[in-house]
Amino acid sequence: MTALHFEPGELPPEAEELRREVREFLAETMAEIPAALKARNWTAWNPEFSRKLGERGWIGMTWPKKYGGSERSFLERYVLLEELLAAGAPVGFHWIADRQSGPLILRFGTEEQREKILPGITRGETAFGIGMSEPNSGSDLASVRTKAEKVEGGYRVNGSKIWTSGAHMADYLVALFRTSGTAEDRHDGLTQFVVDLKNTDGIDIRPIHNMTGDHDFNQVFFEDAFVPETMRVGNEGDGWMQVTTELAFERSGPERYLSSFPLVKESVGQAGQDPSERQAIGLGRMLAKAATFREMSLSVSGMLEAGKNPNLEAAVMKELGVGFEQKIPGIAHDLFGMSPRLDDGSDFETTLAYITQANVSFSLRGGTREIVRGIIARGLGMR
Amino acid sequence: MSELREILGETVTRLFADHCSKEQLEKADAGEWAEDLWTAILENGLTQALLPEEKGGVGAGWQAAYVILHAAGRYAAPIPLAETLLAGWLLDGAGLDVPDGVLSVVPDGNAVTLSSAGQLAGEAPNVPWADRADYLVGLARKDGGLAVYCAPRAAYGATPNHNIAREPRDLVQFSGQGDAALASSDVTSDTMTLYGAMVRSAQMAGALERIIEDTLQYTADRTQFGRPIAKFQVIQQNMAMAAAEVAAAVMAAQNAFRAADRGVPDFEAACAKVLAGDAAGVATDICHETHGAIGFTYEHHLHFFTRRLWSWRGEFGAEAEWAERIGRRAAARGPDALWSDITARQSGSG
Repeated sequence: MTALHFEPGELPPEAEELRREVREFLAETMAEIPAALKARNWTAWNPEFSRKLGERGWIGMTWPKKYGGSERSFLERYVLLEELLAAGAPVGFHWIADRQSGPLILRFGTEEQREKILPGITRGETAFGIGMSEPNSGSDLASVRTKAEKVEGGYRVNGSKIWTSGAHMADYLVALFRTSGTAEDRHDGLTQFVVDLKNTDGIDIRPIHNMTGDHDFNQVFFEDAFVPETMRVGNEGDGWMQVTTELAFERSGPERYLSSFPLVKESVGQAGQDPSERQAIGLGRMLAKAATFREMSLSVSGMLEAGKNPNLEAAVMKELGVGFEQKIPGIAHDLFGMSPRLDDGSDFETTLAYITQANVSFSLRGGTREIVRGIIARGLGMR
Repeated sequence: MSELREILGETVTRLFADHCSKEQLEKADAGEWAEDLWTAILENGLTQALLPEEKGGVGAGWQAAYVILHAAGRYAAPIPLAETLLAGWLLDGAGLDVPDGVLSVVPDGNAVTLSSAGQLAGEAPNVPWADRADYLVGLARKDGGLAVYCAPRAAYGATPNHNIAREPRDLVQFSGQGDAALASSDVTSDTMTLYGAMVRSAQMAGALERIIEDTLQYTADRTQFGRPIAKFQVIQQNMAMAAAEVAAAVMAAQNAFRAADRGVPDFEAACAKVLAGDAAGVATDICHETHGAIGFTYEHHLHFFTRRLWSWRGEFGAEAEWAERIGRRAAARGPDALWSDITARQSGSG
């Protein structure tokens, strides 16, 4: 048998019951969401929408009740996520906190951190950014240089983080800093912290506009910024192990194949009831893949539910899912042969216009295609 | 996977490993019937996996059939096991007796007619193992309706032909009597292609996993520039891509067989054939490229699997044909039904 094995997952009845509830909720709330926001999907910030989800207990839903969670299963969470993504719900405000920052704090954080931070996330009131990459540390994450130097009661931080989505709006950043040694020490000497972005002196957040015109990215500068000891996550030196776990959370979800789903849906509408042969083939191929990747994504959730560690499967899912969602604008281009207009366009054009551009970033976030394939190759025993 | 299917998997893997050596595959290529393999298959009751107990079968269901067919593909088993299983299932579904012997199927559901006197007529190309089979099973038009027939060897002529895997794919001319019954209401003229596509997707899943495994082994063994070629990033990246495509094809095939145990897998089997065909394109390309010239020789065993993949990819409908059907159905249903149709079809109720 090959190393890659995806055991088919099954959804329990309560997950299907939840699906009905989520669809009712979306029918009520999505009517007023414009196509441009749907196209942005899980990267679209809408605090009001997140608060509505929080009221339903749909953020941090697998977490213990004492931290505001609902103690639901990973499979129920899976159903919630796929419904939100397929609808293009604007869930960016809480997405990172729900997906990785919260689970990280739950697993490695102190009791004080959990009590202080997690309930706000579950209410849809607290947003997180990811502080991993630096100007000279992209794919080579272990080369981070931003230093957290031990001082009385905490750490003094100097350096910067880059490509930090939403840092200008987020409350906190989970950041990977070097607490000892130099960049040459690689995986050793790294530690994770929760940084309060709104109440810390010495932090400067500067926008980086992306090619779609959106302000999503930022560079976050630290100049003698003080981070209290109580905000260190895990032990000094455990940062690399923890960040690897965090990246597995980041890679394993259904957003890795569903980011472009609003365009799939618009394409079906654009083709009409009686499509040409070329259009039918193009649409059918997309749907065959979408349905299969859905099963694989569900399989990964089943593994999480069973307490397994699906790092390799998550990487495979990301490779396939991202490859799929990145091909969708090209397929739409092939089938409908039009150059989308930005103003006064139809929902199809608006969606195509955004995804055609944003597309190139899909294989970068969460680790580039090349890094992900390297992880798969390791799983295949080649490295 | 259930424990039963795990045990079944071990049994069939051993059986095929014992009987599908390179030498035996070469003999089959040259036209020799794999008698020992077929006998072993009969002795283990594998041809009857889908039949109910009262008909001498074990009623193991499609998911058990997947295990058998996947292993058959993994070893390039040169026998019409998939065809015999499918033929028996169709006959049983129509309430007909399932005869002993080698059975095969006529893929085209529109090629044959059955007169009210029970006379079969028509011509069909690409019929697997027709000349060697004892009976051919298929769908025929009868009085504006659809019938399932079982034609003994005497009821048809067969002009031998072969696919590029050297598997018999004969031209058949019907002119004789056969056993027949009206097809049940859930059978259409597409039923044979649909289930044929599904069984091929399982064989392809097995063959695809095999070429990945063998190529990984080759990259570990083959040294160039002073190190095993597995250590080169470009080889790693290519193999990661191929293995991921294959994992998706395997998942899609498994889904189809699961769906077949619940009802008619009209969406899932179509998906499985699309994914298997696409994966075959990517994986055969990368695996041959990685093997270099040795993989292009008859002496090396890679071609026993890749030639089958290329053949099976086109049989019972290629990717574009199945994709078109999926696309037409989705377009007719409209964008608002798109997502709910996907979630309703798969994993809905297990």
